[in-house]
Amino acid sequence: MVSRRSFIKGAIAGGATVSAASYLFRNSGAALGQAPAPGAAERLLALNVNGQLRHVDVPKEETLALTLRNRLGLTGTKVGCQRAECGSCTVLIDAVPHYSCSVLTHSVRSRQIATIEGLASPTGALHPVQQAAIDQQGFQCGFCAPGFIMATVGFLKTNPSPTRDELAEGIAGNLCRCQDYDKILTAMMSAAEHARRS
Amino acid sequence: MAVIRGSMPSFELFQPTSVDAALALIGRHGAAARILGGGLDTFDALQDRVVQPAALVDLGGIAELQGIREVGGGLEIGAMTTLAEIARHPIVQSQFAVLARAAGAVGSPQIRNQGTLGGNVSQSTRCWYYRSGWTCYRAGGNSCFADTPTAVNREHAIFDLDRCVAVNPSDTAPALVALDAQMVVRSSRGERVVAAEDYFLGPDIDITRMTILDAGDLLTAIRVPATWAGAHFQFEKVRDRKVWDFPLVNIATAMKMSNGIIRDIRLVVNAVAARPRRLHEVENAVRGKPRDAATATLAGELAIKGAQPLRHNTYKVALTRNLVQRAIRG
Repeated sequence: MVSRRSFIKGAIAGGATVSAASYLFRNSGAALGQAPAPGAAERLLALNVNGQLRHVDVPKEETLALTLRNRLGLTGTKVGCQRAECGSCTVLIDAVPHYSCSVLTHSVRSRQIATIEGLASPTGALHPVQQAAIDQQGFQCGFCAPGFIMATVGFLKTNPSPTRDELAEGIAGNLCRCQDYDKILTAMMSAAEHARRS
Repeated sequence: MAVIRGSMPSFELFQPTSVDAALALIGRHGAAARILGGGLDTFDALQDRVVQPAALVDLGGIAELQGIREVGGGLEIGAMTTLAEIARHPIVQSQFAVLARAAGAVGSPQIRNQGTLGGNVSQSTRCWYYRSGWTCYRAGGNSCFADTPTAVNREHAIFDLDRCVAVNPSDTAPALVALDAQMVVRSSRGERVVAAEDYFLGPDIDITRMTILDAGDLLTAIRVPATWAGAHFQFEKVRDRKVWDFPLVNIATAMKMSNGIIRDIRLVVNAVAARPRRLHEVENAVRGKPRDAATATLAGELAIKGAQPLRHNTYKVALTRNLVQRAIRG
């Protein structure tokens, strides 16, 4: 059986076709492989994602969230509102949480991008924040989880031992449609404790 | 009025690494260029086709626009400095706390990590008729859709209505006016320095823009003078939710006291008119008076003189009065 995920990954593997086709309807010549205007950014770029250098061909108007999902296959980053209003696309850029739906891919060329896929260690051991989310059953449907987890990882770098109120304020830029905030906070507080001990 | 939403239109992207290069680019493209700071206001406007620039000039790679420098007891803040950096800066916190609090009240943590001071003061209005692409006065048309008998105008202006009833949504703008900050604007013709109070435009002067920035202009820095360093500050923002929301009304106060008497004061409210509203009359009335309930009552009443609420925003009159009273009373 073809799962939704394997279908998406297959479509991404056929990258060139997909990327050309999905931008054909656009009216700008710039998106159709023509040379950029003098002094303008090149479409081809190298992104540092989760410590790996990834080469991609990205239109100027594409946001980081779409590049991560549609070109690099990193579908752990979710797209909710596309308006900097829900937080589900949160990733770390140079260790600071950002809404990847509101960042142009071309503007993060020389930066370190970290997504939920890069949190676990190469051996497969989960990051303390991921482990806490599982241990405490912190999420219901889980769509907002990658965003919440990345926001928490970023916040804990600036404040490793927050009070519950400080943490609530620190990850206030993320919405949960299931209204599961209390359990999420409990999970993230226990994550902070795990992170301090490990 | 079909507006395509949710996808970014195409544009040419330029990423200069110096202010001079950026000025050359916006000079070359004129009105077809748009400046990209943190991008939060821009991407919204682009996705709603409120603006359709052919060229986007990304200021993110220009080092000279970043950071906070100490200059003669005051501060010079690069226009691309993020709101998060300003909110946690030790000198802003200790000497100009009103700005730290205002910057910390913007949007959400992620928005403050990316949004810039230059962008926060130069952002466009949030009037949803305008932001939805209606051809209103501000968009070059000949009517206002927010000031009709059936209009939804809970968030709109109560002062200085002149065809357009949109408000300035910035949190840092009133703080900068209260601090008597100076805005440094550069263009290919040179540099000019404008008081924050004169940086913002009402519809009576130009109905299509919120600031004095014209095509070819670039806000490069904001200078906060030492004048009000360490004064008594207050910043309050009333909004529907604690996160994300723009102010219904906000207020920034800088006050110098001695022996319980208000020696000097600057009082600014925003989100009640198209530009931050400095309450000169209130300032003049309370200067030299004790900081007590009687002075607060007087200030509150003076603050709402001339208010012209719309159908759904009468509450803003009482809100403004109460916020001013609270700022005076402490």
